[in-house]
Amino acid sequence: MHRVVAAAIGLASIAAAAVVAAEPPAGAAACSGCHPSSPRVTSPVVRLAGRDRAEIIKAMQDFRSGARAGTVMDRIAKGFTDAEIQAIAAWYASQK
Amino acid sequence: MKATRRQFLELSAAAAAAVLGPRLARAQTSGPRVVVVGGGFAGTSCARALRQADPKIAVTLVEPNATFTACPFSNSVIVGMRELSAQQFTYERVAADGITILRTSATAVDAPARSVTLADGAKLAYDRLVLAPGIDIRWGALAGYDEAASAQLPHAWRAGDQTLLLRRQLEAMDDGGLVVIAAPANPFRCPPGPYERASLIAHFLKTKKPKSKLLVLDAKDTFSKQRLFQAAWAELYPGLLEWVPLSKGGNVTSVDAATRTLVTDFGKHQAKVANVIPPQKAGRIAEVAGVTDRSGWCPIDPVTFESKLQAGIHVIGDAAIAGAMPKSAFAANSQAKVCAAAVAALVAGGTPSSPKLINTCYSLVAPDYGISVAGVYQPTSGQLADVPGAGGVSPSDAPRETRKAEAVLAEAWFRTITGEAFG
Repeated sequence: MHRVVAAAIGLASIAAAAVVAAEPPAGAAACSGCHPSSPRVTSPVVRLAGRDRAEIIKAMQDFRSGARAGTVMDRIAKGFTDAEIQAIAAWYASQK
Repeated sequence: MKATRRQFLELSAAAAAAVLGPRLARAQTSGPRVVVVGGGFAGTSCARALRQADPKIAVTLVEPNATFTACPFSNSVIVGMRELSAQQFTYERVAADGITILRTSATAVDAPARSVTLADGAKLAYDRLVLAPGIDIRWGALAGYDEAASAQLPHAWRAGDQTLLLRRQLEAMDDGGLVVIAAPANPFRCPPGPYERASLIAHFLKTKKPKSKLLVLDAKDTFSKQRLFQAAWAELYPGLLEWVPLSKGGNVTSVDAATRTLVTDFGKHQAKVANVIPPQKAGRIAEVAGVTDRSGWCPIDPVTFESKLQAGIHVIGDAAIAGAMPKSAFAANSQAKVCAAAVAALVAGGTPSSPKLINTCYSLVAPDYGISVAGVYQPTSGQLADVPGAGGVSPSDAPRETRKAEAVLAEAWFRTITGEAFG
């Protein structure tokens, strides 16, 4: 009986790990304050889900360096490291 | 076999459901139970993010109102640029996410027993509780300003009837009247809000009642986006809008509702229309739950938003003391998602990871003139601190096209954030 419970706990841990793996990396969830995630929202701000990973990385790096002008993204991009930008880009590229 | 703790809880829940009836029984399932109190930007976003993070979590949202009335853009309603209906949202799509919505108030919290008491006396058990109660007005903190006074001197700081009352007063005022806005000391909901409101009322007066004057009496010497606002006021509303800081006698010490008089240390101002933005505190349930400190707001852990005062209770949105983050709808939504991820990890036995949060706030200084402030935040020494080198306000020398673009982006932001929370 104990073994069955232990196995069940093991499965629960795997399920929990799967949930954690799908979790957005630091900062990613905040993007959808402006970049719509709902298909029902119309906005001139680009959607990020499913966009090319390299494209997101380049945009963030260019906003950060000033190579690309932004209204708010120039100020926001400066708050993210290369590693964070790569994680966020990979996560959005993998959505939908 | 001995019953596990989970089975025991389920049996208790089943027994409770049998006693309490079918309405509560809907909230009982075998997954972890998270109760969210407050259906504003913070609470609604958190409830949805929890369901998205882990569909096994049974999420219950406790909110007495059938309709939510949003504060961002309510300054536009005050001056007739927008109708209140454009600010209003319902919870159908939230419910469609599989969230149980209880249209009632939470009246008490038993933190050690992990239970919330509802207005009808029913008790709702939780594994984690998220409080997103927004603000309450500190009635009486400003001498003469109680709930009855707000019928004469609207605060319009919770959108709805108060917004429309201030609008009617402005519309009814004769040209040449004195309008006064009293702005509070920090902290309060929406730091740039009083100054956006002053700008849009100045625009209204300039176009509709140009002989009128607007006085902003401030309990502070500095405010959000100050240089941008003041430069725009000098350009757009010279001679019409006067800002009186604390050091020049701006602090309002008492009000008399009957005569619409605002008293400062330096004198008295009798207004034709007076908008008193009073001192505020966390929504009442936060105090009842024991998660407020002496400031009236809620100290939280910057990684999980769990209360520093009560285990198992998380506080997000305007009610929380979120370090460098302002009390804004954007911040509330950003915090809601971080809190949801942390709660989902905790109920699954995991460890929440350190977050990064963003805030962006747009303000209109005229219908086609927008300015913004942005910030990026991370936990630093137990507080949510600005990430150095990031954030800041719109450039002071931006061309008019940029101001126009920011006014358009402000509206787009509103559609997006309300879509996130309610759409």
